[in-house]
Amino acid sequence: MATAPGALGSSAPRRGDGRLAWLLIAPAVAGFLVFFAWPTVRGVYYSFTSFRILTPPRWTGLANWRELSGDSVFWHSLLVTVYFVALSVVVGVLLSLLIAVVLHRLTRSTVVRGLIILPFLISGVVAALVWQWMLDPQLGIISQLLESLTGVRLLFFGDSDWAIPSLAAVSVWKSMGYNAVLIFAGLQTIPASVYEAGRLDGASGFQMFRRLTVPLLRPILVMVVILTVIGSFQVFDIVSVTTQGGPANASNVLQMYIYEKGFGELDFGYASTMSLALFVLLIAITFTQMRLARANETDLS
Amino acid sequence: MTDLATAGPRPATGRGGPATAARTRSRVSPGRIAAWVFIVVVLIVTVFPFYWILRTAFSDNVALPTDPSSLLPVDFTWGAFERALGLASRAEAQAQGGSGAAIDTPLFLRNSLIYATVQTALVVFCSATAAYAFSRLHWRGRNTVFNILLGALMVPAILTLLPNFIFVRDIHQLNSFTGLILPGAFFSAFNIFFLRQFMLGLSTEVEEAALMDGAGKLRIFFTITLPMTSAPIATLSLLTFINTWNDYFWPLLVTNDDHARPLTLALGVFKQSSPQAAPDWAGLMAATMIAALPMLVLFMVFGRRIVNSIGFTGIK
Repeated sequence: MATAPGALGSSAPRRGDGRLAWLLIAPAVAGFLVFFAWPTVRGVYYSFTSFRILTPPRWTGLANWRELSGDSVFWHSLLVTVYFVALSVVVGVLLSLLIAVVLHRLTRSTVVRGLIILPFLISGVVAALVWQWMLDPQLGIISQLLESLTGVRLLFFGDSDWAIPSLAAVSVWKSMGYNAVLIFAGLQTIPASVYEAGRLDGASGFQMFRRLTVPLLRPILVMVVILTVIGSFQVFDIVSVTTQGGPANASNVLQMYIYEKGFGELDFGYASTMSLALFVLLIAITFTQMRLARANETDLS
Repeated sequence: MTDLATAGPRPATGRGGPATAARTRSRVSPGRIAAWVFIVVVLIVTVFPFYWILRTAFSDNVALPTDPSSLLPVDFTWGAFERALGLASRAEAQAQGGSGAAIDTPLFLRNSLIYATVQTALVVFCSATAAYAFSRLHWRGRNTVFNILLGALMVPAILTLLPNFIFVRDIHQLNSFTGLILPGAFFSAFNIFFLRQFMLGLSTEVEEAALMDGAGKLRIFFTITLPMTSAPIATLSLLTFINTWNDYFWPLLVTNDDHARPLTLALGVFKQSSPQAAPDWAGLMAATMIAALPMLVLFMVFGRRIVNSIGFTGIK
């Protein structure tokens, strides 16, 4: 049996390796069941209970969901999060695309791409700290520069209008290089012949970018957008270090509010309800984006 | 940086045509200059904050307000690093503008090392064995199980973290490395996917030859497949290590004292507890530098590998 030629590569599944296979995947499957599947089920269950952490959960049906629909802090927090996500995605993806395209035309240097992903390697805490320092209203270098150039003094993280844009700037700074390198990798897969054909047809540089590069990059752009959306909706560390949701809830993003409910007020049932709502929202957004991406795929050919 | 200079002006490969003439013309074109200016600005924006961490960390915190826009350290001193590493006495620290609140950096550094190393070793090994089963072995239900496991990519962390916290509390593992590591030690959908993808692309010839010689599949895994996969395994270990090192939310939930708290979290907590009015920015930046340093070292040693791996995950 073992000597049959092509045994490894044959596509017909045989039962022969079953025992070994289950042995090899046992740790992963156990980890999946205990720390992903089961908690997901429990999370859904908790969302229908009153659960004050020290006492066991008590079934309350839709009470949490009713509370959610009338909770103005939740809706405000959702709005703030959407604002943050929109800024991070629009500014972040456009900048990454621009950097990737320019870089692709100029240089293949791994050193440049390496430097650009540097912020991706450090933690959100480190990024948040250094930016808060540079944006410090009194001593921050950017504040100093801004004031000497324009005479305007901004509070950035301390100003309710600027808190979210400031957080989004940190988030964009941290991820734009990584996304640019992702898009750069996508650009490298586009064969040069495509552009030659475009040039023969008399297309200008900008036309080729719009009609050739962007459509051919669509799969990777969709992935970058989805990853950015999912990541931004769950922003926590940079908020927790800098504004902690303030001033006056101006930057109270969803995960911050969930954490505050769960670990500040010990209301685990309600925190679970909000987590589940966030989950449903993310699934819906992801599927919509993939549908949209697929609906447009026809113009590729 | 010298590397950067030599690698920079290298003409893009794959550009045919009348080489020299076209190249000299494109090199001086205004568009090309603007493009380089743009890239240089992007690089400055990317790298400047790292320089600013250093510049502030080597400054004297009391003297800092006297010259806030100086590009060089204000009154160069190692004091901030001494405070951050707990080498300065309390009186010394306060004289230099420290808050007096200490951050036990060596302890947190040790915790981070344990957390990130153990987590990485466990999850990468478990992912490698699983990836082998999903790419090389033939068994009923293979694709079904794989697709179910992949479904975990859709679940946002926040949904599983709260119940996992309850679970870890119920087995009395709060404030312990076990509680910190356990949830992420065995399963990572991304890691399995990444390694399976790579193993599927490997030639099966060597393995088939070994099979003919009568080697068992488990032995083939350890003696042939694993060594052949060492490059992506190294990359994955690197990425996992970085992610674990930078993790904030889960450690925040399960550690509420110093015993097992990692450095990234300790830094965040330290910042929140430092006075809002006049924080010890020099000390904070020194601690920040120490927290970021291991990642920067990894970057200098393995930068190329990391850059290439991003391309790989992007294309697949």
